[in-house]
Amino acid sequence: MSESKKVSLPVLGEVDRRTAVKAGAATLGLAAWAAAIKPWFEWTAELNTDEFLQKHYRELSPEQLQAILNRLTDDARKETGKAVTVKDHKPLPGVSFAYALNLSICIGCRKCAEACHVENNHDRPSHQSYIRVFEMQKGGIDFEKGDATYSHPVPAKDKYYMPVQCQQCENPPCVTACPIEATWQESDGIVVVDYYWCIGCRYCEAACPYHARRFNWEKPQVPAAEVNPNQSYLSNRVRPQGVMEKCTFCLHRTREGRLPACLEACPTGARVFGNVLDPDSEIRWVLENKRVFVLKEELGTKPRFYYFFDK
Amino acid sequence: MSVAGVEVVRKPAGPPVVPTGTVDEKGRPVTIACATCHATKPANPDARVGRPLVMFHQGLGGQHGNLSCASCHNPADGYASLRLADGKGVPYTDVMTLCAQCHGPQYRDYQHGAHGGMTGHWDLTKGGRARNNCVDCHAPHAPKYPTVFPAFGPNDRFQTGGGHE
Repeated sequence: MSESKKVSLPVLGEVDRRTAVKAGAATLGLAAWAAAIKPWFEWTAELNTDEFLQKHYRELSPEQLQAILNRLTDDARKETGKAVTVKDHKPLPGVSFAYALNLSICIGCRKCAEACHVENNHDRPSHQSYIRVFEMQKGGIDFEKGDATYSHPVPAKDKYYMPVQCQQCENPPCVTACPIEATWQESDGIVVVDYYWCIGCRYCEAACPYHARRFNWEKPQVPAAEVNPNQSYLSNRVRPQGVMEKCTFCLHRTREGRLPACLEACPTGARVFGNVLDPDSEIRWVLENKRVFVLKEELGTKPRFYYFFDK
Repeated sequence: MSVAGVEVVRKPAGPPVVPTGTVDEKGRPVTIACATCHATKPANPDARVGRPLVMFHQGLGGQHGNLSCASCHNPADGYASLRLADGKGVPYTDVMTLCAQCHGPQYRDYQHGAHGGMTGHWDLTKGGRARNNCVDCHAPHAPKYPTVFPAFGPNDRFQTGGGHE
């Protein structure tokens, strides 16, 4: 039976089964290894080791943060050819922001949404904006009957208009939902996202009762000439792909004492913004003298975005 | 650039003038003051907003309650000023005083920053702000805010029905 020892696989010629299995396993192993290390070969200028090993925003030392801001500024300048500055705006002490919107005055012109789109370097093809304006049937607040895609002269008969953006809740369900603390509330009430820490699981988007959060399915496309150069780390810098984004009350403006872009754009003056801790502020006057209400009060989110009617 | 702590309310230009469509030898447009005609014509208290005028100001329409021309325009000084309800004149630049006579709630809201809009700073210690006056947004003869076509709407996957959502 000495001939039987010479039996081999027909394809492999003089190789026995054991060797063939070994070779096959080695090939599969190599393929798996290649797939595993593939991202290392795809590293580009957009992704470097500093970025890969970057810590959570709140764990960064001032020096580390400054280095990151410098790097982001350099990258943005290279990419756009504009004098972009990426700063880090800290909350102001003694400031707690609130926003109010007069539904009697709002005409639904979407100028606020457009201003947000431009100010916050939103993706151009998707017309992204943190503000969604609902055309609502007069007589109630029923979002099921609201329409955010209207395209006709406004205001239309028997309609009123309700712009909805992040309500900057005092009890934000999105923050609770985040499994990795990539989003949190700051001392002035603004809920922010660390775009580097966010893993894009979209739990926060599902948790938000106001649908205020957006996901970057793709890297936002903003023509270099249209990029707003006044940027902030937690706010309007051009977001990476695959992370959440949300309204920050334009913290890159408001933490410098300026008004949010949506307010400045409003042609009817329906929007009131300010520091609710300042008894002489406009927002305090509105809260004390108008019959304000919040959206979905029964959920206990305690929004700091108020709505009111004049009559 | 805005100055810290200063709230500037934009003011309208002075008394209106009537363009003649001609220019003088230096190329400047020739305009006529109201009093040029009105000095020789007595005021017509029956002329009202929205009622067509046959001789002059033809085509001047609008809708503003049941006001007559003389409700707001002051015949006493050849229409170079506005006229308050008590008959006193008020310069065109102070038009808000005139409007506030009837539109008290709006004026109250305006004084508290809850009407009319603004640009600049919420924190006046960091910078100033600019505010509209009544006639920046409301045409005096037809003050109802006009119907406008809205800016672009959302174009994300919710609206277009495709893609990941």
